[in-house]
Amino acid sequence: MLSVPCPWCGPRDETEFKYGGQAHVAYPSDPAALSDAEWASYLFLRDNPKGWFAERWFHSAGCRRWFDVVRHTVTYEFAPGVTP
Amino acid sequence: MADPRRSPLAHLAEPLAATGIMRELPYLSSFEVRGDPAEPAMARLGAALFPGPLLAASWPTAGHAAGTGPRYALWCGPGWYLLVDEPGSALAEAMADDLPGVSAVDVSAGRTVVELSGPHAREVLAHGCALDLHPRVFGPGSCARTNLAKAQVILHQTASTTYRVFVGASFADYLARWLLDAAVEYIRGEPVDQ
Amino acid sequence: MSQAFRRAAGGRIDRSRTLNFHFDGRAFEAHPGDTLSSALLAHGVRVVARGPYTGRPRGTYGIGAEEPNAFVQVDSGPGEPMVRATTLEVYDGLVARSLAGRGELSDEPDHSRYDKTWAHCDVLVVGAGPAGLAAAHAAAVTGARVILADERPEPGGELLAGRAHLDGRPAMDWVRDVHARLTGLPEVRVLTRTTVTGFYDGNFLVAVQRRTDHLGADAPAHVARQRLWHIRAARVVLATGAHERPILFPDNDRPGIMLAAAAAGYAWRYGVLPGRRAVVAGAHDGALWAAVDLFDAGVELAAVLDVRRLPEGQVHRALRDRGVAVSAGHGVVGTDADADGVLEAAWVAPVDGSPRRVPCDLVATSGGWNPAVHLYSQAGGRPLWSADHAAFVPGDPVPAVSCVGAAAGTFGLADALAEGAEAGWQAGAGTHGGGGEEPLPPATDSVADAGAPAACWLTSDLRPDTVFVDLQRDATLHDVRRAVGAGMTSSEHVKRYTTAGTAADQGRTTGVTTVGVLAGLLGLPVGAVGTTTYRPPYTPISFGLLAGRDRGRLLDPERRTPMHERHEAADAVFENVGQWKRPWYYPRPGEDLDRAVERECRAAREGVAMMDVSTLGKISLSGPDVGEFLDRIYTNRFSTLKVGQCRYGVMCLADGMVFDDGVTARIAPDRWHLTTTTGNAAAVLDWLEEWLQTEWPSLRVSATSVTDQWAAVAVVGPGSREVLRRLAPSLDVSAPAFPFLSVRDATVAGIPARVFRISFTGELSYEINVPAWHGLALWDALLAQGITPYGTETMHVLRAEKGFIVAGQDTDGTVTPHDAGLGWAVSTAKHFIGSRSLARADTARADRKRLVGLLPADPSVVLAEGAQLVVDADAPTPVPMLGHVTSSYRSAALGRSFALALVAGGLTLRGETLYAVDAGRAQPVVVTEPVFYDPEGARRDG
Repeated sequence: MLSVPCPWCGPRDETEFKYGGQAHVAYPSDPAALSDAEWASYLFLRDNPKGWFAERWFHSAGCRRWFDVVRHTVTYEFAPGVTP
Repeated sequence: MADPRRSPLAHLAEPLAATGIMRELPYLSSFEVRGDPAEPAMARLGAALFPGPLLAASWPTAGHAAGTGPRYALWCGPGWYLLVDEPGSALAEAMADDLPGVSAVDVSAGRTVVELSGPHAREVLAHGCALDLHPRVFGPGSCARTNLAKAQVILHQTASTTYRVFVGASFADYLARWLLDAAVEYIRGEPVDQ
Repeated sequence: MSQAFRRAAGGRIDRSRTLNFHFDGRAFEAHPGDTLSSALLAHGVRVVARGPYTGRPRGTYGIGAEEPNAFVQVDSGPGEPMVRATTLEVYDGLVARSLAGRGELSDEPDHSRYDKTWAHCDVLVVGAGPAGLAAAHAAAVTGARVILADERPEPGGELLAGRAHLDGRPAMDWVRDVHARLTGLPEVRVLTRTTVTGFYDGNFLVAVQRRTDHLGADAPAHVARQRLWHIRAARVVLATGAHERPILFPDNDRPGIMLAAAAAGYAWRYGVLPGRRAVVAGAHDGALWAAVDLFDAGVELAAVLDVRRLPEGQVHRALRDRGVAVSAGHGVVGTDADADGVLEAAWVAPVDGSPRRVPCDLVATSGGWNPAVHLYSQAGGRPLWSADHAAFVPGDPVPAVSCVGAAAGTFGLADALAEGAEAGWQAGAGTHGGGGEEPLPPATDSVADAGAPAACWLTSDLRPDTVFVDLQRDATLHDVRRAVGAGMTSSEHVKRYTTAGTAADQGRTTGVTTVGVLAGLLGLPVGAVGTTTYRPPYTPISFGLLAGRDRGRLLDPERRTPMHERHEAADAVFENVGQWKRPWYYPRPGEDLDRAVERECRAAREGVAMMDVSTLGKISLSGPDVGEFLDRIYTNRFSTLKVGQCRYGVMCLADGMVFDDGVTARIAPDRWHLTTTTGNAAAVLDWLEEWLQTEWPSLRVSATSVTDQWAAVAVVGPGSREVLRRLAPSLDVSAPAFPFLSVRDATVAGIPARVFRISFTGELSYEINVPAWHGLALWDALLAQGITPYGTETMHVLRAEKGFIVAGQDTDGTVTPHDAGLGWAVSTAKHFIGSRSLARADTARADRKRLVGLLPADPSVVLAEGAQLVVDADAPTPVPMLGHVTSSYRSAALGRSFALALVAGGLTLRGETLYAVDAGRAQPVVVTEPVFYDPEGARRDG
């Protein structure tokens, strides 16, 4: 059971959250300008590194805020300094 | 004329009362209020709801309740509060004006409250709540949106051994039955061990 | 039967009381404090199990959680299969029987209560032996919140044998004092009979507490039999001790062969002689000290063997004082059994020398101690081989975790106490800022001039098919050799090939020994082979405990609408929709589903009927940018909606597939009321908030769930306007004043209400929303009008007759709005989530699966939902599948069956005959338009 550091509520059990995948994948400002391949890349392709990974979490059962964390995908350690 | 309303736990009033540590607090007035507490409109609303010089910062900080007496606000998330008052209060009138940058939604009928009190209240909650409710961490005036058993709740500690559990009306029957089960050992004499 | 092997005095048992129990049909006596194993040994009962494959008799081998043999079936109380006799506390009335490797699950319901709880602490100490007690005490005096958990009925660990002294006093006096101090501190919780079974991410540990099992019939029915603790600890001190390991030899499985410290433990902890004439064989000083203990308890030592050749030390002198010589460089090379298969002699030999036969009824063997690194390993630590210890010991430290005492390879009592106290102090001070008293001064014990242990795995490999490396799996040295012969070099592969280490004991006694044997066969250092992975749970957990109170009615929340009790009173049959309990149909006496639904449909189409639609998801949206936001969320446009109007909308995920649909109303310029399907309410709110927070924070919109705030009733049918006119006299219900797709605030039956004129049936209908606490009163007022209630089945028939889809039933995440026949609701003049995907060539393919209607050739046949659609029912397999049936019902209005389906090519197949195949039967069906009833939409206005 991960203890996820919510920047607003403090550490809470993983079961209070929804995982949001890789962080910093912005919705394209003009989807119509993208090729099919570029659009498919936005929709379906995400990094899957072994090591530190910037990812999104949603505190659905708590403050209902989305936030980014950096987590290690091997040790599951959360990097300090989580910000909203 | 009899009250035409029916509270979500009216049908469980007897078993709850029989525990001696639980009861429903039906029909509390409540609004979900959203807005940036730094904005003037929210500040004005806060001042109107919570008059008095001691409450300059009317809106509560993270994890806390603010207010005195039956009217108080619970911090739910950043810029998100549950405003609570006694049944039939004038809250609706106070919230009637549209304030720019403020959203206020009447959710009075959408939730009910189970109040747990007594020396075992914290232990009963711990059977289904992953939060650390130790007095060093969570005390009177603390509140949290979290899960209790399999229901989403807002937990509000109102006194040293008293907690209010705000639960959605449709989940209230489940949660009350769960609480009745979790409390069995505390209401039929002392358990055999911790 | 007499307790012939019970010593005259001693042991942590209450001899003043006698308990009666049955084992394998025979009556026995025990004392409080006895385990089933100690009580059976007291009666000289040697055989407690059989090898699952060999059928060879087996006896108690260990004394605790490490036991590989003595698993029994408990038939008394709630009954339980595969219980370790070495930890099963005897209670009055216990009934148990021996097993051969497998227990039997009862098919009777278990009425015991099971509990779960959550706990938080600064310091969790696992194990209440000397190191754990010292750690807990040192942590507690800092003021830290401490939990001390131990699997035994009382603290003390190895000290429970009662022979050790501290500062000149019996060590158990110290245990009692420390225990009393700990239980007197407000922030300390001591959990006995509690096994920490798993160490998970973020210092989250799970423990099983056995609360009433030892009470038998005296267990109060209202007290949960077991409790599962979920403990979040800032720091963890692992004082989990060590497991004794044997030395292997041929016929090493006979009843009468035991681990040496276990044998001595029975003599001193339980006052039971595990035998009268013993051969003790070891590879470390501990085995020799066990020989001393056995001798002092009254066991004759027929031979004391040590594979090592060491200079004389304190333990040798202790034995010599007792007239016992140690045979250095000797080991056991075989055993003989009597007619019952029970040990009667050991063959002992010097290394490479000739064996001699030594009659005995006990072989006490000990190859050393394996630190219990299970939890350390689960926490992410990697045990390393230590030649000094001849054992795997904790390697690199794990953050916030300390291993102390025997678990860290520290076997001396004084050292273990000091190590525990230091770790406890550090953990307490580290989490609680220190303060409080100094830790207890470490107690001192007499230091022995200990000899180094030897890594000795087996003393003879003759007849390898009788050298058992796993007693519970009957796996042998022969099996390990076969695995190596098959090319395996990894301990993980050998474990799976031989099954050694996979049984209920998880190889706690012989897992490392198997690794040692494997290393020898491979010619590799033991450390290079390495242990198998230690996974939770440490000891088995019953499914009942994992369920806790999540069973029966509490298995999952049953969400109820405010009208629930009326539905129950009307004998509604309920169906689960998500977590909601919804009336499925309301059978009158003598009616089955079909009859009831036919009557309910007729009422809706010909008169007036009503449905509890409180379960629909409802979201209040407010702010000046809601219109713009909804334009982006929905495929169609909402910003043009006027106050008082409603509009149906479809929302897609970014991949262009239908996600949800529903009606949204504009209540005020900046206030909107959005509805979702019942099952998607939470997901849609999450979806809206995700876009608002992460992509479009500049939009001034806030979303609040009001699903539970509003109770809602759909009043449906040509008579619905008249009903509303009667109940809401101040509301102008005429069609021009209250047109289709509009919303009005009104007082209905004296209740403040919000009325939507919308229709999910094609009939004139109104959805009356009232604050939830008025829902019952509204329902009663409508019932008083003589309106027929209907359930979800009728709702489905009525909506499917009109070709209205249900998102999630007629769509499955691969269906675009166009596929679902909702192209009319897709704007091409604006961007919305998913619009880019709808511009992909793939979503324009002509052969996509699209919504159609189906009419079975036999109008009495109701197709199975999910049935596959094919062109040729007799085609050779694999048969190309065109699609499947998504909704299928019998229609009262049509007088026949009908269905909706997704079919490749969609309406280009109109008029063609396909076959719906289900359970081996092919039903001919004709493809039609998906609107079966009132295609002109004439009935909507009544």
